[in-house]
Amino acid sequence: MVEMPGVLTTVQDQGRYGYMEYGVRTAGAMDMDSFLAANRIVGNPEHAAVLEMTLMGMTAVFDGDGVIVLTGADMKARLDDMPAERYVRIPVRSGQRLSMGMAQNGCRAYLAVSGGIDVPSVMGSRSTDVKCCLGGFQGRALKAGDVLETGKPETREHAETETARIPKERPVKYEHSVEVRVVEGPQADWFSGEARDQFFRESYTVSAESDRMGIRLNGAPVESLHGTDIVSDGIAFGSIQITKSGMPIVMMADHQTTGGYAKIGTVCSFDLPKLAQLRPEDRVKFCRISVEEAQYLYLHPEERRRSKPLALTMRTAGSSEAGERRRYRFQKYNYYYRHGGGR
Amino acid sequence: MKIYPVGEMSLSVDFGNVISEEVNDQVMCLQQSLQKACIPGILELLPTYRALLVRYDPAQLTYEQLSGRIEKAGAEGNREISTTKEKLVRLIPCCYGGAYGEDLKGMEALTGLSEKEIISIHSGTDYKIYMLGFLPGFVYLGGMDERIAAPRLDVPRVAIPAGSVGIGGSQTGVYPIASPGGWRLIGSTPVKFYDPAAEKPILCSAGEYIRFLPVSEQEYRDIEEDVRRGTYQTEVIRE
Repeated sequence: MVEMPGVLTTVQDQGRYGYMEYGVRTAGAMDMDSFLAANRIVGNPEHAAVLEMTLMGMTAVFDGDGVIVLTGADMKARLDDMPAERYVRIPVRSGQRLSMGMAQNGCRAYLAVSGGIDVPSVMGSRSTDVKCCLGGFQGRALKAGDVLETGKPETREHAETETARIPKERPVKYEHSVEVRVVEGPQADWFSGEARDQFFRESYTVSAESDRMGIRLNGAPVESLHGTDIVSDGIAFGSIQITKSGMPIVMMADHQTTGGYAKIGTVCSFDLPKLAQLRPEDRVKFCRISVEEAQYLYLHPEERRRSKPLALTMRTAGSSEAGERRRYRFQKYNYYYRHGGGR
Repeated sequence: MKIYPVGEMSLSVDFGNVISEEVNDQVMCLQQSLQKACIPGILELLPTYRALLVRYDPAQLTYEQLSGRIEKAGAEGNREISTTKEKLVRLIPCCYGGAYGEDLKGMEALTGLSEKEIISIHSGTDYKIYMLGFLPGFVYLGGMDERIAAPRLDVPRVAIPAGSVGIGGSQTGVYPIASPGGWRLIGSTPVKFYDPAAEKPILCSAGEYIRFLPVSEQEYRDIEEDVRRGTYQTEVIRE
């Protein structure tokens, strides 16, 4: 039962796909990495519904026994009078109170409960579309007094095995200044080469007007060749629209399916969690990569930590020495990870 | 036809920065070709006025591979446009004016036409659905007669009821769910353009046509009752 809802707490899952052509926006968790981690650690099916909390988390009392996991931003959670750690399974008992405060690091926290949040599935998803009052808990953000049901968790036996097998995962630390990788297009040709170079050189500041629909940015205006009004076409999670005044907006989970502003590029899906955890006054720098490189990085998560874009020629050299070295580094990292070694 | 990447998981097939039947037909035709081709890795297709957004799985298809398949489907599809084009017209019952269309009376002064003439013009066109967007089930209609165009209200309404039929500038359409908006409301339809409880939650698809059918208040109420019971089916004409 929710005592205090926090700034914006909604039920979310992977999003509502398959109906974009009917004007149904996808919604879903802003930070997919934290969403997936929460379910993974608690032992839920991959896409079970969770609670997403923004800036300040909620206070709630549990009406039954279960297991919870917190991921994403650190909101200094406490279970009764004990600190509740993130990225680890926490058993809870009936009557215990979870209280969360202001995010110390990052913007959005995720709470997964064993069995998942049980709200009706609408068009294949339990995500809340607050603009259209669709899905989630009564189509809206949570309020004081709301009572949420959870689904039936996996069998006890399964749960016990999972506890032994899933290691505690390392909590993510969020930066105030991030770099995200972008593939140019589909209206990159609405901007001159110089304007695009500038866009990828400059640093932008997150505006307080940012929300689940878009991260609004302030900084050096991006100059277009003929204005930025286009005949509407499709928008993706990560599309970077340039407004009339030349300011970029990165479209996020609650983006409309279609729109009439020119899009200079699209943030790669694997860098979207960085944006989802930004707060007003944080900074973003966009880094241009080719679609080939973006797909390579999508398929090889271990390669994403590089700060410089890979040169395409390195990869296409086949099983070169460089390739061998990269594989070794990956194995080494995994060794430390599994054995809980620090970094 | 130009293809652009939209990140690493989508791409856009663009036919030109215009609103035209010809361009939109190409978008719809490509959508149909790709649906028929059942290419593994293609997850979702989103047709808009002038482009088709294709969401795909990069683990199954590279950008280059998919672009190639699309170019092939585009070339084959173009031959089909002129040959097979069945027009599907959905009849939408609409009760015009009075309490059902509060702004219709005021449009007489704006257009220089009588209420009766406005209704006749509005219901006398088959409107092509260019795309859906903005809200679930919200249709972007083309072909409205310029004579009944009217600017949006200076002060938008905070809440327009679902089923409201309106005119905003040169555009006409229906509000599928309650929403704030500045369109002039000329009528209401009891038909649900969006119904989460229905097997097919969204009534219309891009590429179909809509024709408004003027009905009386009594007919409106009868249809409303049928809709509530789940027994109403919109009439569809195939030409």
